[in-house]
Amino acid sequence: MKSIVIAGYVRSPFTFAFKGGLAHTRPDEIAAQVVKGLIDHTGVNPKDIEDLIMGCAFPEGEQGFNIARLVGFLADLPQSMGGVTVNRFCGSSMQAIHMAAGAMQMGAGEAYICAGVESMSRVPLTGFNPLPHPDLAKRMAGAYMGMGETAENVAQKYKISREEQDLFAFTSHIKSAKAQKSRHLNDEIIPLKTSAGLVAQDGCIRADTTLEALAGLKPAFKKNGTVTAATSSPLTDGAAAVLVTTEDYARANKLTPLARIKSFAVSGCDPEIMGIGPVNATQKALKRAGLKVADLDIIELNEAFASQSIASIRDLKLDIKKINLDGGAIALGHPLGATGARITGKAAQILHRNGGKWALATQCIGGGQGIATVLEGIE
Amino acid sequence: MKTIKKIAVIGAGVMGASIAAQAANAGADVVLLDVVDGAASEAIQKMLKTKPAPFMHKDFAKRITPGSSAKDLKLLKECDWVIEAIIENPKIKQQLYRDVAKHMKATAVLSSNTSTLPVKILTEGMDNKLKSHFLITHFFNPPRYMRLLEIVFGSTTKKTAVRAVMDFADRRMGKSLIMCHDTPGFIANRIGTFWLHAAITEAFKMGIGVEHADAVLSRPLGIPKTGVFGLIDLVGLDLMPHILDSFKSTLPKRDAFHKLGPAPDLLAKMIKDGYTGRKGKGGFYRLDAQRNKEVIDLKTGTYSPARRPKLKRKKNLRELFEDPDLGSRYAWSVMSKTLAYAADLAPHIADDIESVDRALRLGYNWTWGPFELIDKMGTAWFRHRLMEGGGTSPHLLQVAPDKPFYQIGLGKLHHLSFDGEYVALKRPDGVLLLQDIKRKGPPLFENRSAKVWDLGDNVACLEFRSKMNSLNPFILALMNRAIKELPERNFKGLVIHNEGINFSVGANIVMFLVTAKLRLWSVMNWILKHGQETFGNLKSAPFPVVGAPSGLALGGGCEVLLHCDRITAHAETYAGLVEAGVGIVPGWGGCKELLRRWTLNKALPNGPIPPISKAFEAIAMAQVSTSAFEAKDLAYLSPDDVIIMNKDRVLSAAKAAVLEMAKDYSPPKPIDLYLPGPTGAAALNLAIRNFSNQGVATPHDVTIAKRLAHVLSGGDTDVLDPLSENDILRLEREAILKLAKTPQTRARVAHMLKTGKPLRN
Repeated sequence: MKSIVIAGYVRSPFTFAFKGGLAHTRPDEIAAQVVKGLIDHTGVNPKDIEDLIMGCAFPEGEQGFNIARLVGFLADLPQSMGGVTVNRFCGSSMQAIHMAAGAMQMGAGEAYICAGVESMSRVPLTGFNPLPHPDLAKRMAGAYMGMGETAENVAQKYKISREEQDLFAFTSHIKSAKAQKSRHLNDEIIPLKTSAGLVAQDGCIRADTTLEALAGLKPAFKKNGTVTAATSSPLTDGAAAVLVTTEDYARANKLTPLARIKSFAVSGCDPEIMGIGPVNATQKALKRAGLKVADLDIIELNEAFASQSIASIRDLKLDIKKINLDGGAIALGHPLGATGARITGKAAQILHRNGGKWALATQCIGGGQGIATVLEGIE
Repeated sequence: MKTIKKIAVIGAGVMGASIAAQAANAGADVVLLDVVDGAASEAIQKMLKTKPAPFMHKDFAKRITPGSSAKDLKLLKECDWVIEAIIENPKIKQQLYRDVAKHMKATAVLSSNTSTLPVKILTEGMDNKLKSHFLITHFFNPPRYMRLLEIVFGSTTKKTAVRAVMDFADRRMGKSLIMCHDTPGFIANRIGTFWLHAAITEAFKMGIGVEHADAVLSRPLGIPKTGVFGLIDLVGLDLMPHILDSFKSTLPKRDAFHKLGPAPDLLAKMIKDGYTGRKGKGGFYRLDAQRNKEVIDLKTGTYSPARRPKLKRKKNLRELFEDPDLGSRYAWSVMSKTLAYAADLAPHIADDIESVDRALRLGYNWTWGPFELIDKMGTAWFRHRLMEGGGTSPHLLQVAPDKPFYQIGLGKLHHLSFDGEYVALKRPDGVLLLQDIKRKGPPLFENRSAKVWDLGDNVACLEFRSKMNSLNPFILALMNRAIKELPERNFKGLVIHNEGINFSVGANIVMFLVTAKLRLWSVMNWILKHGQETFGNLKSAPFPVVGAPSGLALGGGCEVLLHCDRITAHAETYAGLVEAGVGIVPGWGGCKELLRRWTLNKALPNGPIPPISKAFEAIAMAQVSTSAFEAKDLAYLSPDDVIIMNKDRVLSAAKAAVLEMAKDYSPPKPIDLYLPGPTGAAALNLAIRNFSNQGVATPHDVTIAKRLAHVLSGGDTDVLDPLSENDILRLEREAILKLAKTPQTRARVAHMLKTGKPLRN
């Protein structure tokens, strides 16, 4: 087996859909600036890049055609580089990393850009033209179920109270705000040029939120439910990109490998409780790496909703102190296609920053799936 | 003539800010300044949340630039009209005028929104140049909804300045203008305040209860149901002492106002205790902890549960005033004083009696003005009653002792001038009123629910005349007759218009309920088909049809408009397909027309879902526009449809549109629609499921919405197969027949008929 590494991670600022700083910028433009930023940031020779794999959950409209190829053009990358768009909803850009790692194991190249993008302002969740299979929609409500409803289902099934969820969301904002203040987010953010000027800061973090304010919100998806807008990740615009190479290539070209990719997995689950997707996927990936939960030093768990995060943490018996040290999606935002690259890049970055042996990045996926990646620290 | 494009309003209090909003509604660029820094932008933000909304469209708020009157007076240099709406203090106003004058361009007009101060005081010490550009423009609250604008100018005010303001206020801000003489309180408030004060003092003197007083001084006289005490609660008790004091100091000594005496002590006590009206703890009426209405006892000042008294119905005003009971004696006492006051004053405060009547109609929402009320009793009768009571008869009643104030001659309304001559009423240019057409002669044809009038120039007008202008088989019949006969009579086109408060509240649902209860499904199908065919005939008629609505245009009333070639809508048009409220879907082509409009809308993303989801949103949520501008957003109006700010100009614009279109008219051709079929319904069902989960949609809302989704997605069609407009009409009928068979829909219809409100079952 070859050793495959994450050799760089950057992202755009994440800002609220519709009202945030990136709302008026096209997603292909956001992604192109981020990819260009990754090239500058890592110093990789673009000519060596085999392919640009771009995750996107609703690849249509301005993020349609084959956005990966178009981003290559927009970022002035060599025409010899390929471009492929991949969709596994929220797991899309983590999937991009898995595909690159798999391809390199097959000897197909030495370096890949694995990126993800979503403008939830400019392409609506469910896309412009949702056309469900009418019979399947009748037979299996979960197949097309809204994410908020699945979050309520998880809360109900796992008996997760409103207070627990509020506290989780509150903590997410505190951690994110702290990371922002301590400039831990600065290294990874590529300031975005927009028609209204430079956007350099995350826009969704509410440093001044209080438990009282969170407790005052009405349920967002279900009458008498427990999931609110504040305990859900916000609709967000943004892009993220990681450079994935063989370790040999990284060393030969004086890149900085952040972490090795040790194992990964995907796994399906009941779509009506898609939020527990990380449980099986993580167990599979850990088993493939020959590890136990207790071996993990760093965990990035995507916070699609507080309820599903708490359920996954509980089921996997994860150590809360190791999770999302620089904040999570409830506070940072969750541009669907971009999140997988962000949390994998972030796990690698923290391993590199703090030291440690093993890291996990995992997330749930609409339609009932989980995806997980295990990373190994590099001394 | 100079035109006004940019307006400044100084003073961002409730009046100033909402005058600015109406100027923005009129399409002007507006500068809003206040002495307090930040107050203007705060006022704009607050108005975006105010109901009823000062803005006709939320985007119009962007037309207002907020600022401070201390720092930003330079913003005035581009303004054509500067409106002052600050505190009623002559000294402060005069200082502001001096400051403002330095920044205004030479041709700009300055006006004050004072409600009490005369021009001669406001212009004291003003230089002649500014004086020639100064006048009073007195708006009524809320300025968007109250149509009255009183105009007062001095002897040196330039006619061009007055004309520019009048033209903008009339055509663009939609105001009905009344020229007032330069006297305290002008017209509406001079008489209105007298009436309020007389009603209060008389109530205390005669010992009548608050509710009894309000019951008699309202509906029986064509006055809004708030009566007197309810109205004072609405405007604020604390305002009364200011107004009374102002009149006390400015009115001539022998003015009848002074004879009414001071305000009762209870008023001051109530204000002191925080009972300032609806904005405070309550006023003459208040709500208890359970939100039950309570009313004050004028003798003891204590509150008890409100029980509005039932009054005996009176045939006419004479019968009302001749009854010896307390209510009638009270009504006579207040109204005789008020009407005599109006007759006494009219020559001093107004150009003619019509101005006085219109001021009270538009400023106080009276159905009839003082002189119209006197005509209802008869001038001679009224004069005798005044004399019997030992009173004196106003000079004006002696000018024409037994002649009515209004009469019709040669098909035109005439009013009695102050010299005792009848003068034909002159409408402003471009104002065409159906009431004037009616005075000219009988309709072309009519039945019990509708009439067709000749507007002249070979243009006809269909007028609904049923209760609340609801659509029934008679109206449909006359519509079909008009379509058939108008070309035979060489008419060029048809306007659909009426002067009711509401254009139409929708189809008459009594028949629907009866056929549903009797399970006469084939009859119901026939009714639906007949309506669809009639509206289809309207659309395919060989002449242009222009809808000219104002007020509510709901359900079937909205569907009529959707089938017109063009609409010239009053800005205050509240349109909506609200059928879901009575448990059905639009069934007279409303679904079809909305689908057609959204399908042809190029601004939507491609694909089959965006048009159907737009139509679905509007119909499933029964969205009603809060203005004609919003109706465009909802596609109830087309981009080409015209919005008219002044209600009195709607009919004339509609007639002009008919004549314009008639030059080379050919009816629109039906289009094929490519709809997604069951997959589209499945997509909409996802949204319905979310609404249901959130508790926004009730169980029967879900049933209706699913039926609607079926219709709008084209039933069982495939996206590759064309559907005709008739196919959609068939789906509409099928959906209604299915829904009519549910007890829940029948319960909704019955509830609506009984209460006038939708049932959420």
